[in-house]
Amino acid sequence: MTTITPDLAHSGGVPVSAGDNYLTHGRGIASWIFTLDHKRIGVMYLVSVLSAFFLGGIFAMVIRTQLINPNGAIFTDQAHFRYYNEMFTLHGAVMIFLVLIPGIPGALGNFVLPIMLGAKDVAFPRLNLGSYYLYVSGALLAILAIVVGGVETGWTFYTPYSVTTDVDKLGLGKHAVEFMVFGVFLLGFSSIFTGMNFIVTMHKLRPPGMTWFRMPLFLWAIYATSIIQVLATPVLGITLLLLIAERTLKVGIFNPAYGGDPVLFQHFFWFYSHPAVYIMILPAMGIMSEVIATFSRKHIFGYKFIALSSIAIAIIGFLVWGHHMFPNGQSTMLATIFSFLTMAVAIPSAIKVWNWLATMYRGSIDLKTPMCYAMGFLFLFAIGGLTGVFLGTLSVDVHLHDTYFVVAHFHYVMFGGTMMGFLAGIHYWWPKITGKMYNETLGRIGCVLVFIGFNLTFFPQFIMGSHGMPRRYATYLPEFYPYHIMSSMGAYIQLIGFLLTAAYLVHSLFKGPKAPRNPWGSATLEWVCQTPPPHDNFKTPPAVGDPYDMSMLVWDERTGGYVRDPNRQPQVEH
Amino acid sequence: MTTVAQESHEPHEHGNEEHLAHHWDTPKQQFDAGKLGIWLFLTTEILLFSGLFCAYSVYRANHPEVFEYAHLYLNKWLGAVNTIVLIFSSLTMAWGVRAAQLGQKKLLVTLLGITLACGGVFMCVKFVEYKDKWSHGTLWAGEYHPHVLPGGVTKADVFGPGGAAAATPTLPNAPATQKAFDGPIFEGSTVARAPAGPAGLSAAWVEKESAREEHLSVRDTERPWTGPVPKNTQIFFSIYFLMTGLHGLHVLAGMAVIGWIMLRASRGEFGPKYFNPVDFVGLYWHVVDIVWIFLFPLLYLIH
Repeated sequence: MTTITPDLAHSGGVPVSAGDNYLTHGRGIASWIFTLDHKRIGVMYLVSVLSAFFLGGIFAMVIRTQLINPNGAIFTDQAHFRYYNEMFTLHGAVMIFLVLIPGIPGALGNFVLPIMLGAKDVAFPRLNLGSYYLYVSGALLAILAIVVGGVETGWTFYTPYSVTTDVDKLGLGKHAVEFMVFGVFLLGFSSIFTGMNFIVTMHKLRPPGMTWFRMPLFLWAIYATSIIQVLATPVLGITLLLLIAERTLKVGIFNPAYGGDPVLFQHFFWFYSHPAVYIMILPAMGIMSEVIATFSRKHIFGYKFIALSSIAIAIIGFLVWGHHMFPNGQSTMLATIFSFLTMAVAIPSAIKVWNWLATMYRGSIDLKTPMCYAMGFLFLFAIGGLTGVFLGTLSVDVHLHDTYFVVAHFHYVMFGGTMMGFLAGIHYWWPKITGKMYNETLGRIGCVLVFIGFNLTFFPQFIMGSHGMPRRYATYLPEFYPYHIMSSMGAYIQLIGFLLTAAYLVHSLFKGPKAPRNPWGSATLEWVCQTPPPHDNFKTPPAVGDPYDMSMLVWDERTGGYVRDPNRQPQVEH
Repeated sequence: MTTVAQESHEPHEHGNEEHLAHHWDTPKQQFDAGKLGIWLFLTTEILLFSGLFCAYSVYRANHPEVFEYAHLYLNKWLGAVNTIVLIFSSLTMAWGVRAAQLGQKKLLVTLLGITLACGGVFMCVKFVEYKDKWSHGTLWAGEYHPHVLPGGVTKADVFGPGGAAAATPTLPNAPATQKAFDGPIFEGSTVARAPAGPAGLSAAWVEKESAREEHLSVRDTERPWTGPVPKNTQIFFSIYFLMTGLHGLHVLAGMAVIGWIMLRASRGEFGPKYFNPVDFVGLYWHVVDIVWIFLFPLLYLIH
C-alpha cells in the first residue's frame, strides 16, 4: 500500500463556489426526473418512502381505532369486516414493500454509499434511476389496486384465497389482486437492480487504499443486504408471476382441484420473505454501527465481527423460511431443522448488539437525536429478537402462531429495529443531505414520544398474544379489552410523535441553521465533502484512513462542527 | 483521479472516451463493472426460473406417472430442433462477440442477424407446438380438455367412427373418481369401452401405435402407454406452459435486445476499444440457451 498524505487544506475537494451543490446543479423538474445523480435519486426515494410510511400509518391508525371496541369501532358488522381485512393487508403491504425494503437502501444508501466510498456515483447510474421508476410504478399499481377493488388476502397472499377472491368495488373488474401482485413484482425488480448496483459499486469503485476491511460498516451492511436482494427477490418474482397466472389463466399449480398444492405457494413465498426481513434489518444495523461509534466518540468495537456477522445473517437467513410454516403440515424433521437454524440466525445479531454495547463502554456518549434513536433500537431490537427465539421454539410456536405475539415480535424488530434505525439515519445524515440542522430538542422529544408510544402499542400485544388473541381479527373477546385499549392509545401517541418529527424536519428545510461540514465528528468519508455535496462529490478522491479513527477531529466553535486538528499529523499508512 | 484516456480518434470506430462514463477512471474498470453487473443479473434470472424447476421437481417426485404419461404428448423431434437451433445461435452470438472485439463490423452484423434469425426459428417452432396443443385441447390445467391421446390418437381411433359421435370425452376439471378400467380411456367417460386387445389395450389403439412405431426412426423406443390414464395430467401441462412460456418471453426479449445491438453495430459503435454491450448481451443469450438445455430433457425426454 502506498503512503497517502492527505491534503489538509483541501481534503475532500477543491473549494467550490458557495452555493453550488447537487441541489442547485441543474434546475427545473426535468433535471430531477431525468437525473442520474445518486444523491437526487436518494432524495426522491426519501420523499417517496416517507410518504408511503404515512400512508401505511393511516391504515395502522384505522386498525387501531377499529380495535378500541371489542365489537369493532369502525366496521361493526359482517358485511363490513372485509374492509378491516383490507386495512391490515394494505398496512402490511405498503409498509413492507414500499417502506421497509426499499427505505434505507434506496433513500440513505443511494445518497451515502458512493460518497462514503469517495466515488463520484454508483456503478450504473441509469439503472439506479430505473430502480426508482420501478418503485414509483409499483407503488402506483398498488394504489390502483386499492382503488379498483381492495385487497384483503393479507400481505402474504396465501392461496387458495388469493386465487379465488374477486372483490370488485367499483365494477371495474375483479383484478385488484393482480394489480397489487404485479405492483409488488415491479417493486421486486427495483430492489434487485438496486442490490446489483450496490454490489458492483463496492467491488469496483473503492478508492485506492480502501480495502474491504477499511470500509465503514454501513457499507458492509448494505453489501450483505444487496446479496440478499439479488438472490432472494427473483424467487418472489416467480411466485408472484405464478399467482397471477393462477388467477388469470388457472394454471392450477397451487390449486388442489387441478392437482396443485397450496402449501407450495407458502414455501415459495417465504423463501423470499424471510430473507426479506434481513433486507429490512441489516441496513438499520449498519446505521447503528455508524451512529453508536460516532456518538460514543470511540472506535467501533469488533469491526471484523460486525462486518462478517452481516454476511452470516445473510447466508443463514436463507435457510430458515420454514419457521413461518410450523403448523402448516411440514414433517417434524423438517420443522426441527428449521427451528435449529432459526436459533442459529439469532447469533450473529447478538454478536452485533454486544459489539455496540462494548463500543459505548467507556466512550464519551453524546445523546444527540440519532443516538437517542440508536438507544431505542438497542432496547427494542433486543426484545424483538429474543421474542423471535420463543417463536422459533417448536412447542411454543404451536400456541403462538398467528396470535398477537407474532404481531408484536415483528413490529419490535421491523419498527423498533428498522424504523428506529431509519430515523436515526435520517437525522444523522440530514445535515449532509439538506445542508441544514434540525432542532435538537424537538428531535429528542419526538424520539421519546415515538418510543413511549411504540412500547405502549406493542408490549401489551405480547401478553394478549400469549393469552390467545388471534391476529387479523376485526373483533375480540372482552377479556382482551385492556390490552387493546393500551395498544390503541400508544398508536395515537406515536402519531403525535411522528407528526412532530415531520414538522420540525420540514421546518428545518426552510428555517434551520446552516449545517457545518462535519457536525457529528465522524471519520467516514461522507463528512469530508462539502455540505451539501457538490454534483460529483469529490474532485479528487479523498484520503482513506480508518473510518472510525476520530482522534484527529476536534470541535471547531466557529463553524459549529468538527474539523481536522491542524496541529496533528495524520497517520502514515503502509 | 479521473483520467480521460487521450486516444487518437480512429476513423473506423468510435473512441472509447465517448463511452466512458464520468464516474469511471478507465474503460477496463467500466467493462469489468459491467461484466460483474450482467453476471449478477443473470444469477437473478436463474433464480427466477428456479422456482419453476422447484415446482417441477416437487410434482414429478410426488407424481412420476403424470410426467411419464403426459410428456408423450410432446414432440421431441421439434424439441430437438429447437435445441440445435439455440445452441447454434449461441455459437453465432459468441462469434459475434469475437467479431466485435476484432472490429469486424460486417461480420458482426451478419452474425447478430443469424442469431436473431435462429431466435425467430425457435419461436416459430414453439408457435407450431403451442398451436398443436391448442388444437388437441392439451393446455394448462384450467383449460385442459384433451380430445386426443398421446401420439395424436383421436377418439375415433379408439371408439371407431360410429362410436365417435356417442363418445364424448369428458375430462372434468375436478378429478373424477378413478375407476378401474382396461386400457387407455377417457376418464369419467360413460361410453362403452372399445374392444380390448392384447395387454388390455384397445385393439384399434394398439394397431395405430404399432403402425406409428414402424414409421418412426429406430431411436424412438417409447413404450406405448399401457396403464390407465393418470389423474391430474393437466399439472404437467401447467408446468410445461409456465416453463416454456417464461423461457419464450425471455427469448423474445433477447431478440429485441439483439436487434437493438445489431442496429448499434451497423452504425459502427463497436470495436476493440468498446464492445461491452455485445459481450453482455451475448452472456444473456447464453443463459437463455442454457435454460432451454435443461428444459428440453426435463420436459421432452422423460423415461
